[in-house]
Amino acid sequence: MTATFIILAIITIAGSVAAMTLRNLVHCALALTITFAGLAALYLHLDAQFAGFAQLLVYIGAVAILIVFVVLLTRGSDTPQGAVFSSGWVAGVAVAALVFGVLAYMIRGSHAIGQAAPAAPDVSVRQIGDQLMIKYVLPLEVVGLLLTAALIGAVIIAMREPEQT
Amino acid sequence: MSPLSAYLLLSSFLFAIGLAGALTRRNAILVLIGIELMLNAANLNFIAFWRFGSHTGNQVTGIIFVIFSIAVAAAEAAVGLALIIAIYRHYKSTDVEDIKTLKG
Amino acid sequence: MGNGIDQIFVDGKIWLVSQTPLVAQPIVSAVISIAALIGAFATLFALTTILERKGLGRIQNRYGPNRVGPFGILQPLADGLKAMTKEDVVPRAADHVVHFLAPLILVVPVFLALSVIPIGRNMTALDLDAGILFFFAVGAATELSVFMAGWSSRNKYSLLGAMRAIAQMISYEVPLILSSIPVILIVGSLSATAIVDAQGGYTGILPHWFLLTPWGLAGFILFMIAATAESNRSPFDLPEGESEIIAGYYIEYSGFKFALFFLGEYIGMFAVSGLAITLFLGGWHAPFPFLEFIPSYIWFFAKLLGIIALLIWVRGTVPRLRMDQLMNFAWKFMLPMTLINLLVAVLWQMMGPGWGRWLMGLALVIGPYIILGKALVGHRNWGKRTYRFAD
Repeated sequence: MTATFIILAIITIAGSVAAMTLRNLVHCALALTITFAGLAALYLHLDAQFAGFAQLLVYIGAVAILIVFVVLLTRGSDTPQGAVFSSGWVAGVAVAALVFGVLAYMIRGSHAIGQAAPAAPDVSVRQIGDQLMIKYVLPLEVVGLLLTAALIGAVIIAMREPEQT
Repeated sequence: MSPLSAYLLLSSFLFAIGLAGALTRRNAILVLIGIELMLNAANLNFIAFWRFGSHTGNQVTGIIFVIFSIAVAAAEAAVGLALIIAIYRHYKSTDVEDIKTLKG
Repeated sequence: MGNGIDQIFVDGKIWLVSQTPLVAQPIVSAVISIAALIGAFATLFALTTILERKGLGRIQNRYGPNRVGPFGILQPLADGLKAMTKEDVVPRAADHVVHFLAPLILVVPVFLALSVIPIGRNMTALDLDAGILFFFAVGAATELSVFMAGWSSRNKYSLLGAMRAIAQMISYEVPLILSSIPVILIVGSLSATAIVDAQGGYTGILPHWFLLTPWGLAGFILFMIAATAESNRSPFDLPEGESEIIAGYYIEYSGFKFALFFLGEYIGMFAVSGLAITLFLGGWHAPFPFLEFIPSYIWFFAKLLGIIALLIWVRGTVPRLRMDQLMNFAWKFMLPMTLINLLVAVLWQMMGPGWGRWLMGLALVIGPYIILGKALVGHRNWGKRTYRFAD
């Protein structure tokens, strides 16, 4: 529970709460970007350098910009005037609180967690690359196929249909 | 409270916030943002266990899992947002309460 | 003597850090690196503004600024004074928080990106294991600031400029990263210092720079084109074109914030040129073995000034590309060329040294270039040129 962890945790939680409660959609998207940045900083704090940089590159550099683009394409940039929360919002918050309660109870009660922290595993980028090519080559190829299918699928779904005369 | 349980509590809190947002907001894009938050919370969980857990087997499994999870989440966000654009073109609205033509 | 001058900054920093108490040493070391980096590159920014205006002026057959100081050398001082004292006008309908944060979110990532570049022997501010990945990650974060600037001004033209700028930047990010992959593949490491060290030897009189291989030359040209597009510089400056969309996404910025955008754009240019030097031009190595007595940082800055001169030259001569031409160029020409370049680099590595791989490399780079170039513009038949009034 060092000071760095507390500051980063506060930034991340504040960003995520803002992302879910603000009225203006673009403000929500920017708050989500702050959350992603806080998470990347947490990964770096945990010595997972590759994961932190991948989080920055993919989430902030691509997913956040995609969300912002779609907000602008669906004319969501003006502040909505009506209700922004659906009518059954009490049930939603209650379910989320219940989930958090169950998880927190499990975490507090588990005795595999209270032990001393071992040394950080020293993983270089070369080792990650080797393992990706030797042991995890099948998931790698499958993810490549999945990304290609997602790319083509997204383009086809969002394409404007040619006018039928 | 050990560092591992602190990280796990943080990730469960983020998960709960994402779940609450996905269940209560009206705009479809915000539901997707909630889903992304949940996926990120799970990633944080993986990295925390990679850092503080005991490694009997492969040392890089946690990081590899997170890399694949980030890739899959990005693909899913792309397809989900394309669907939202297509739905907007038909209904002229991104409100999830307006998309109810199948209701009785 | 050569080694002393070469390492003078490193020795100075070590001496300064050793004077401070042990607890504060990491922070003092970081602060000295940061201060040196910001100082050196802000001075280079001031020098580049005057070089650019004089250079563009001479290309356009006029003098550049020549009133302030001899030959206009002190013009950056006048520009700085103007930027600092001008009134900061913010539109009433603008989103004040986002409007304020946008220049900061541009400047901070570009300085971070600059910190992984090896400026001299042992002179990398942040020697990371995955330095090149870090560079591209923070480069991707600058695109969000463009959007924030354009959207927060509540101005149709600035939003349009911001959307165009983001579309351009994400389209050219793919060739940028793909054209640096062959270098990473051949060296086998993502660390910038390892890449520079791999280009260190000399065969006879020629250096082992990656520029002097077919895939390196093609990669360098593709990288520089993508880098010019990433920094929104002419001929890719439609989003901020002064004659088209009234300076695009930073219309509503005045005074110091505009100067921050200007600074961020130029430092981004330096960062990406620095990466090009690291990847293809041998970093801080001298071009010939008998010139090695000149210190390493002098070589780095000489190469950086050369690339800046090249960028200014291209800005002054090539006309601006239209938006659809820009996007076609990125997706239909540069992406296939970078993938073929990657293939050439792999085949180069697998074939042994000799003239066979040179022949294969040149054929596989020039052939697709001609084919793709014809496919991109070949469907237009330019007839014989006719003049309307002058016969």
